[in-house]
Amino acid sequence: MTDALAGKAVDPKAVLSGSAPLADDTEGMSYLQSLPRRLVTLYLPLSLILFVLLFPFYWMALTSIKPDEQLLDLETYSPFWTWNPTLKHVYKLLFETDYPIWLWNTMLVAVCATALSIVASVLAAYAIVRLRYKGAQLVGGAIFLAYLVPPSILFIPLSTVVFQYGLFDTPFALILTYPTILIPFSTWLLMGYFKTIPFELEECALIDGASRWQILTRIVLPLSVPGLISAFIFCFTLCWNEFIYALTFISSTQYKTVPVAIVTALVDGDIYRWGSLMAGAMIGSLPLVILYAFFVEHYVSAMTGAVKE
Amino acid sequence: MADIAIKTAVAKPAPREPTAWDRLKADRNWLGAWFMLPAAAFLILFLAYPLGLGIWLSFTDARLGRDGVFVGIENYEFMWEDSTFWLTVFNTFLYTAVASTIKFAVGLYLALLLNERLPFKAIIRAVVLVPFIVPTVLSAIAFWWLFDPQFSIISWSLRKMYLISSNIDFLGDVWNARWSVIFANIWRGVPFVAITLLAGLQTVSPSLYEAATIDGATPWQRFRHITYPLLTPIIAVVMTFSVLFTFTDFQLIWVMTRGGPVNATHLMATYSYQRAIMSGYLGEGAAISTAMIPFLLAAILVSWFGLQRRKWQQGESND
Repeated sequence: MTDALAGKAVDPKAVLSGSAPLADDTEGMSYLQSLPRRLVTLYLPLSLILFVLLFPFYWMALTSIKPDEQLLDLETYSPFWTWNPTLKHVYKLLFETDYPIWLWNTMLVAVCATALSIVASVLAAYAIVRLRYKGAQLVGGAIFLAYLVPPSILFIPLSTVVFQYGLFDTPFALILTYPTILIPFSTWLLMGYFKTIPFELEECALIDGASRWQILTRIVLPLSVPGLISAFIFCFTLCWNEFIYALTFISSTQYKTVPVAIVTALVDGDIYRWGSLMAGAMIGSLPLVILYAFFVEHYVSAMTGAVKE
Repeated sequence: MADIAIKTAVAKPAPREPTAWDRLKADRNWLGAWFMLPAAAFLILFLAYPLGLGIWLSFTDARLGRDGVFVGIENYEFMWEDSTFWLTVFNTFLYTAVASTIKFAVGLYLALLLNERLPFKAIIRAVVLVPFIVPTVLSAIAFWWLFDPQFSIISWSLRKMYLISSNIDFLGDVWNARWSVIFANIWRGVPFVAITLLAGLQTVSPSLYEAATIDGATPWQRFRHITYPLLTPIIAVVMTFSVLFTFTDFQLIWVMTRGGPVNATHLMATYSYQRAIMSGYLGEGAAISTAMIPFLLAAILVSWFGLQRRKWQQGESND
């Protein structure tokens, strides 16, 4: 009951601050439920779902530090834990394969493609939202449609296009094609963001003689840093995640990205090196997970923002 | 002295008439065109043009590394008689229907759970999204290992619980393989659905629930008559995305089964890859991927009407 009162006392503050999501910090009616009831209706299903969602990662991590003989012998050793962890798989991965090169490729492609896309998207979004040239509404709609065109129907014609432009089997094939996935998304996101910036600020600047370019770089961009971060992180994640273009446009091992290289180069013959594979999968996900850990809020706002707008 | 005075007067002319160049510099359409240029260049060169080219390719007999000639609807005729193609269509629909339905159900349930008061709420929410962050291929590899015919930990656990007597052949049997890839897809999609729906749930005012409870509404009635109607617009959009990306899925299947066993898990996307890139019949592959476009258009229309409905519910000004 004291909990309930405390919750009520906090309530006005959350309302006053205005920004707090309504149902988030307030207790609502949950005090009406007893603990055993909450245990069955809330904690039990939640922990079950969380277990299923997280188990593959635990298994990934465990496999990558288990010695080989324990991996293949489930009877003698308990499969759920290991008492003699080893870094052998990680060592093999980093020093006996091209894994560091693949990581570098992925990073390079992701950073370049993201940077290109953000620049193009900022300009496009600003033009659509604030310049409102003739047909801007239509272009906005077209960009949303472009967002819905999936890579799986584009990769065949794109492979011939990439070949024609002489980009086949170079990192540029990926750096230049990834923006087609990223630009529609980030333009859409930034359009939503730019709309929230008061128009009066720009009017003042226009009266003071600023050009559109100055307005964009000195007023709009500094005010939309959170939106830019969201767009950047999400684009970066999409790049890192992309598979089908990288699989189709890149054939030499030295230019492959991590997802493609793991599937094509690390899986050799019938003997899967499970330890190294899992270590590769884990190290390949780490950069994104770390980035995510620092920018959870931006990430979530990018995801929900893109859906809501 | 007078001379100088006149000169300074000349040096500071009255504001001159704006030249055509000045007008052009301030013209919305002119500026807009320049601002749009980079994005438009990318989208036209690498999106619109290939999209058209793909449709054109589907009417040619192009091979990998060789331009084709126009062959009319020969590729489509071939496709129509290809039993594997119809199997992939069936697989795609099964995959999309089952995975999307369960993703929606579990995602909504998870969103409702996360919307409750919980200890460590922020951390739990952050953790829920991790499967969505990790690149699909890498988590698919983890599933591949989890579904290993010999060393699967799932088989092992079930065997130790005496639920089964021999290992399950997850990816080797036709229906097992289908359910396994569907499960992996659900696993990856649930966080996205849950977190976006949660964002929608947080905009629902708790006072509505309080009022309904005072009026004697049961939990189901509260969900049915408050939560669900207020959430409908966002559900429409989220599910359109979910259906769209499930329908065109490629990575998960390619990593886990490559379409096997006996094409049981081939989706239209993986089959078009196999025909176009692996076998080199670009025209046929393009025809298969072009065949996906009508379904995608249907999904986009649903999304569009979902958005319209949202505007109608919340007033036009919310844009």
